[in-house]
Amino acid sequence: MMALHPLGSETVYDVAIIGAGIVGASCADEAAAADLRVVVIESRGIGGGATAAGMGHIVCMDDSEAQFALTHYSRELWRRLASELPPDVEFNPCGTLWIAADDEEMTEVLRKAAYFGARDVRTEVLDTTQLARLEPNLRPGLAGALLVCDDAVIYPPCAARFLLERACARGAAMAHGWVEHIDSRNPMVIKLSDGRSLRAAKVVYAGGAWTPELAPLLAEGFPMPVRKRKGHLVITDRYPGFVRHQLVELGYLKSAHSVSADSVAFNIQPRTNGQVLIGSSRQFGDEGSTVNPAILTRMLERAHEYMPGLANLTAIRVWTGFRAATPDKLPLIGPYPGDARRILATGHEGLGITTSLATGRLLVDQLIGRASAIPVEPYWPKRMDKEAAHAH
Amino acid sequence: MPIEPESRPIVLTVNGITVRVAMGATVAAAIAQAGVATWRRSPTGEPRAPLCGIGVCFQCCVSIDGRTNVRSCQVRCRNGMDVRTDA
Amino acid sequence: MCGQMHRGQKSEEHRLETLRETEVLVIGAGPAGIAAACSAAECGRRTIVLDDNPLPGGQIWRGKEDPNATKWLSRAQRAGVQMIHEAQVFAAMMNDTRVVMAETPDGLCAVRSPCIILATGARERFLPFPGWTLPGVTGAGGLQALVKGGLSIEGKRVVVAGSGALLPAVAAYLHEHGANVRLVAEQTSWLQLIAFGASLVLRPSVAMQGLGLIPQLLGIPYEAGCMVTAAHGEAKLISVTLRHGSRTWQVDCDYLACGYNLVPNLELPVLLGCAIANGYAAVDEWQESSLPGVYCAGELTGIGGVDRSLIEGQIAGYAAAGKQGKPKAQALWPQRQALCAYAERLDRAFALRDDLKALATPETIVCRCEDVRRAHLDALAPGSWRMAKLHTRCGMGACQGRICGPAMSFIHDWPMESTVSTRPPLFPVRMETLTAAGLTERTAEKTGEVNR
Repeated sequence: MMALHPLGSETVYDVAIIGAGIVGASCADEAAAADLRVVVIESRGIGGGATAAGMGHIVCMDDSEAQFALTHYSRELWRRLASELPPDVEFNPCGTLWIAADDEEMTEVLRKAAYFGARDVRTEVLDTTQLARLEPNLRPGLAGALLVCDDAVIYPPCAARFLLERACARGAAMAHGWVEHIDSRNPMVIKLSDGRSLRAAKVVYAGGAWTPELAPLLAEGFPMPVRKRKGHLVITDRYPGFVRHQLVELGYLKSAHSVSADSVAFNIQPRTNGQVLIGSSRQFGDEGSTVNPAILTRMLERAHEYMPGLANLTAIRVWTGFRAATPDKLPLIGPYPGDARRILATGHEGLGITTSLATGRLLVDQLIGRASAIPVEPYWPKRMDKEAAHAH
Repeated sequence: MPIEPESRPIVLTVNGITVRVAMGATVAAAIAQAGVATWRRSPTGEPRAPLCGIGVCFQCCVSIDGRTNVRSCQVRCRNGMDVRTDA
Repeated sequence: MCGQMHRGQKSEEHRLETLRETEVLVIGAGPAGIAAACSAAECGRRTIVLDDNPLPGGQIWRGKEDPNATKWLSRAQRAGVQMIHEAQVFAAMMNDTRVVMAETPDGLCAVRSPCIILATGARERFLPFPGWTLPGVTGAGGLQALVKGGLSIEGKRVVVAGSGALLPAVAAYLHEHGANVRLVAEQTSWLQLIAFGASLVLRPSVAMQGLGLIPQLLGIPYEAGCMVTAAHGEAKLISVTLRHGSRTWQVDCDYLACGYNLVPNLELPVLLGCAIANGYAAVDEWQESSLPGVYCAGELTGIGGVDRSLIEGQIAGYAAAGKQGKPKAQALWPQRQALCAYAERLDRAFALRDDLKALATPETIVCRCEDVRRAHLDALAPGSWRMAKLHTRCGMGACQGRICGPAMSFIHDWPMESTVSTRPPLFPVRMETLTAAGLTERTAEKTGEVNR
């Protein structure tokens, strides 16, 4: 995929990053920029997991202060990076429209507008007519929407590749292979399934929803609270202008928040080439990658309710993917309790693309003892120890 | 079945031009008959026309009666059809 | 728009009606599919055929008055085979109950059948070269199909090129329809053709479709060891450059009909879960795939022409009919053996030369749907089809990699099956149909439980 820095068996890397999704790529980019000696270990190709499967939104969220801080900070990092991104990343500052179906949801629009307004996030409140003018293919009579102006959409696999290429240009190395074992000597010895081994002072676990499968490599006893949350997506042929913003129903809050049940929500993105990306679904307990027709149908019916004209568009692909979900819907970024040489960068659920840049930055801040722009403690894995203690 | 030119002709329009084709002719054939060389524009704006003729390459997609991205080699002409190419 | 929405929201009863039941379901109404359907139906099995074309016969029989075609089609009619045309299969459920989903102009068509015979045929392989995206450059079979669809070729100058037994047949067809066929350029060498030609004597019925005989009779030059290296023109094709050894020259033409052999349409067998071996669907002596009750016949199992397809189709149809059919199937084994040997010789004779891999220059578009250029792919050296798709968008367009997949497989030596799109929808479908399919699947699951 890119010019590989030769792996030196004599080299002791400052940090080995397991996973070449967008989170691992961002960690590598930041670590290399900080002059650390970095190796990235990937098993399924660059951006082959949730990075490939996801929608690619860069959004400001307000579920909690910690979530706002991380998404807002990361979104600003993306906006600053935008001019450097190659065209295939398809950075599209289209904004997000949070759609209110009725008056009750419209009060939520106003609450969000006030919340974001108090934090210098640009928004516009739209009424029925204004919304219909902005998105004529939505069903008539929706109550209104909140436009979050500076939200964007990207094509994530190429963004991950861009970050890794930049890291490699700054001296990072790439290793293709499966991690079989990590020996906790000092430095740690990472054994790959092809027999090679690498030595590193610190290891970053950035395996997304597959991080629990790396968990046996961690010391015993830490609850790895990451679960696979399956999603379905559909993409259409090219219909330029059919959708202009990222569209999300406000009902999404209700459905995405329910941690247990299967849920669907209307969530649509325009691709720069005119394709329409249609989501979303959330399921626990189904770890197979096959399309579940029942949930797919529910998802499409929901989408058709909001956008009746979708029924006549042509779908060209359907696929599934797995989000790395945590119980409190915040990612795990920081040292592993009990062994500070092992660092987690996972659990980003549906916001991994948005928060990847901040994750890399905050993680490397901690690696090199640099001051962080936002508090890092809310994302420390240590909090899960507390949760586990509460549970008992 | 072979197309017999002497059987009842079908009348349709391609980019506003009236075309008469034999019964059973495909929309792709009607477009060629209208003297149009470009069926659609590729994502970077290059002219494209039918390649496979059997509905697998999607190079011959046009708009038929307002519906976009329709494979013209797989649709038979009907009276009154309004066909639009990208050119 | 509202009316259309309602079609997607059919009542449960209506969906039960659209869910047809049969004993044997055949996909594809080419020679293999029709022969399979006849054989199963003649043994008393209720048989449905789904075909994506408006007319039966597949690519080979369509639009021609072939006495063989007429014979088989009327036989199917007599046996009570039910044909559903313009039905494009895009999904299937393959658990306890087996349902195949197709899109028709009237919406979803779902058929439940314990036994499925796949006869999805083949398509041409296209290889990228400079200018191959110009209007006027078509497949060899592609131009023939367009003429069958009513395209006028009268007086047009045509170069037929690429590789395979199809080229002379196409040249003859175009000539018959008034084209001025200037040249047939076959990439394989005379040496290989002679080795192949000698064995043709053993198979006179295919000789007519085969090596150079027809074009030479018609006065059409046939050059072996010759390939088109570039097509020229601005808005459309005006000429092509040909190369034979160290000699290159240009020929003015209105059409270049160029295809490099055929590749099997493996999408459906792969989706269903059938094993693939050496680029074809793997079958046993009954034409049964690795999946019990799923049979493959015709070009899916090897490119061998009409005769082989008819025999394989019959074997599959008889075997699918069970005890009663099996002796009849077995009686056809020796014929199949001879035809398979012929197909293997054909493969060897028209094996693609390595220098075809270098026809595409860095600027040449390799993926026509997404306009991906060779340089972009080469720079990323993706190493696999999946990574190529993910990082360059090669194969991510509406054709779902049906055109660039086989080309990339050849150029990069990736296994054929690794470039096959395996997720539903196998063909682009209307969103409405996709929704209806999920609802029907739910209904099928429920009624499947009742039936058990």
